[in-house]
Amino acid sequence: MLAYILRSLMQGLVVMLAVAFIAFTMFRFVGDPVVNMLGQEATLQDRAELTERLGLNDPVPLQFARFVADAAQGDFGVSWRQGRKVSSLIVERLPATVELAVLSAIFAFVVGIALGVYAAIRRDGWIANLVMSLSLIGVSLPTFLIGIGLIYIFAVELRWLPSFGRGDTVRIGWWTTGLLTVSGLKSLVLPVLTLGFLQLTLIMRLVRSEMLEVMRADFIRFARARGIPERKIEFRHALRNTMIPVITIAGLQLGGVIAFAIVTETVFQWPGLGALFVNAVQFVDVPVMSAYLMFVAFVFVLTSLMVDLIYVALDPRLRGSPAMAK
Amino acid sequence: MKPRFLTLAAALLGASVLALGAADARPLKWARSGDALTLDPHGQNEGPTTALNQHIYEGLTERDHTGKLGPLLATSWRVLPNDPTTWEFKLQSGIKFHDGAPFTADDVVFSYERAMQPTSDFKGYLSSVEKVSKVDDLTVHIKTKGPNPLLVNNTESIRILSKAWAEKNNAVKAQDFKNKEENFAVRNANGTGPFILVSRETDVKTVMKRNDGYWNKAKVPLEVTELTFVPIKQDATRVAALLSGEVDFVQDVPVQDIARLKSAPKMRVTSGAENRTIFFGMDVASADLKGDDVQGKNPFADKRVRQALNMAINRGAIQRVVMRGESVPTGIIMPPFVNGWTKELDAAPATDVAKAKALLAEAGYPNGFSTTLHCPNDRYVNDEGICQAAVGMFGQIGVKVNLVSQSKSIHFTLIQKNPPETEFYLVGWGVPTYDSDYIFSFMYHSRTGSRGSWNATGYKDAEIDSMIQSLSQEIDIAKRDATISKIWTKLKDETIYLPIHHQALSYAMNSSLDIPVDVANSPKLKMVSFKGS
Repeated sequence: MLAYILRSLMQGLVVMLAVAFIAFTMFRFVGDPVVNMLGQEATLQDRAELTERLGLNDPVPLQFARFVADAAQGDFGVSWRQGRKVSSLIVERLPATVELAVLSAIFAFVVGIALGVYAAIRRDGWIANLVMSLSLIGVSLPTFLIGIGLIYIFAVELRWLPSFGRGDTVRIGWWTTGLLTVSGLKSLVLPVLTLGFLQLTLIMRLVRSEMLEVMRADFIRFARARGIPERKIEFRHALRNTMIPVITIAGLQLGGVIAFAIVTETVFQWPGLGALFVNAVQFVDVPVMSAYLMFVAFVFVLTSLMVDLIYVALDPRLRGSPAMAK
Repeated sequence: MKPRFLTLAAALLGASVLALGAADARPLKWARSGDALTLDPHGQNEGPTTALNQHIYEGLTERDHTGKLGPLLATSWRVLPNDPTTWEFKLQSGIKFHDGAPFTADDVVFSYERAMQPTSDFKGYLSSVEKVSKVDDLTVHIKTKGPNPLLVNNTESIRILSKAWAEKNNAVKAQDFKNKEENFAVRNANGTGPFILVSRETDVKTVMKRNDGYWNKAKVPLEVTELTFVPIKQDATRVAALLSGEVDFVQDVPVQDIARLKSAPKMRVTSGAENRTIFFGMDVASADLKGDDVQGKNPFADKRVRQALNMAINRGAIQRVVMRGESVPTGIIMPPFVNGWTKELDAAPATDVAKAKALLAEAGYPNGFSTTLHCPNDRYVNDEGICQAAVGMFGQIGVKVNLVSQSKSIHFTLIQKNPPETEFYLVGWGVPTYDSDYIFSFMYHSRTGSRGSWNATGYKDAEIDSMIQSLSQEIDIAKRDATISKIWTKLKDETIYLPIHHQALSYAMNSSLDIPVDVANSPKLKMVSFKGS
């Protein structure tokens, strides 16, 4: 088991190096950072000097080697946009993104499963049909529009919730949280709904179809024949067997939600990593872009590892099986 | 009934008195699309950065919202009568920094030397300066390498920080991006300005409180008790935050929302011209263009072709349709506040497709030609829309233009590369010194030495170059203005650039405010005074 985890982490390291290298070769197409870093009065000589100082004239493999050597020591340099250490920027922005992503994942997971089960059990009821048709909207509307729509209803017209930002936060060690203040909680509602909506509809539709599939299986029919109560069949036997594919999708989605909350963060001016990255791309802030992409790769490696571990917990057949020990 | 009415009236009166009392001083929340990059006054010469920092740090002089220069930390200045290369500045007495330290000539000398360091982004303003020295506690001499009659115009941009504070906190140098440590001045500040920094969270908010001991309190309203600056990147969210009352004042108002905001209750929109002109430039010098279909010739090198293109542009239509009225069409690449501007120069040629076609035929292109236009899509107001409109207009006279729109970081690299990697491009230019010399030096002077860094046209005229160089040395203002006028007359005839319009700005705010548009897009919130509720 331990060997398996270690092996996965080693593979993850290779993935991260590959991501970093691909990112580095692509940075040159984003533009020239020197243009943004110097005011319009800069002379040609000023630009040439800064380019040289930043080491941008060196060949890409050399720049990459320098980056990896520094990164291995935990040094990602200073942001060219803000003049601050990249590592402290990431640490500062991480709580906002993690809170948003985890809450929207929980929201999507809980509500998604509940509605999915309901829609499967009462597949002909009018509520189930209504929910199914509404979920089509979730799948087809872009996140951006959902966010703007929610802002107009709840912030501009009703004035119940704030339209941007994170509200007041409480600092606990290096972590900042919006969960402990009223304005922080209010600020979370709209971004969580926006970010979780697409995942919710996906999970719901998946649960419904998997559940319908399982309910037709032989072991359910035998369970009914044995006279086991319907509730118990539905939740104990059918739902549990539905969960494996649902966990796979939801787990991989969580990685995506943390990594690519970019659109939601931009719409709500949410001070997380996605917003940091968007600003970095526009400014060609190479140190921040490379550190962020490394972080995203790390999140994906980590979540896929966790999904593997949850499989084991859910499916007894996988425990100690040769597939795991390999 | 009667007593009840009276009570009600009294209550109403009381309430309105209270409201009036409260109207005198209030907090203000201010939003725009981007955050300041740093609080270091010499770190980044960038619009939003300066707009925020000017509330904390002050220069020797300041410009009001119309661009007029006036005294600030300096009370008066002059060129020494016996030495045309030395400027003397007399400083205001009795000023204190936010930490209580007195402001003296030492701080001015220190700040100017800091701004002249290689890592400072403001050194360009002081390239003519040889030495800054203290004469006494309230007098500073700035010696220039040759006579520089316009040095005072640049003093507005150089903000003064406390020498003792910078030395104590190891912030003697401006931010060096190669250095892997954060400079203390990036997130901390100690100036003489009307607002004192309370907290700063980059990309989230910057909170400042009123400096109750502000030295210039008698001359400015200073009614904002707490100033909170929040960047909101997304247009729709920024407008929503204003409509919902979460912020009071918004810059970077999207043009498509202006009409709606104007008609919304309790909202005010102010508009005015910005110190920025938008225009097309093209390669007029190369023997052959790479991106066109004409072999062995450069159509842009022919003045008639440039004039034809200039005539093909329907500036009125661009103003109406693309800019929704938020621009001032022009025939010169110089905003109206700049020294050298005249109404005659500003006149644009009438749109005349037939005449433009005739000019093209005369130049040897009766069927037109095709070429590539580069355009930014995230820098100026509706920049990509302007290019799309112009492409259609050029098409009407037979010039087929292939449009390439991309992000500013890529676009400006094409222009700044040496040699440039674009042959036809859109660019905008603002003039922080409010003098034509700034435009000439960057846009028309040939690319040599410290001049011509934005001249991607390849235009090179020895006579123009020498006239431009003479401007920075000429002390006789009348003679200098005559030279400026001569240069413009020649350049306008040459049609090196195709001017489109002066960009207009709009600010939106709730109706208790009336903040005029600042030509440098750098609103001065110490000037805010609240009206009723």
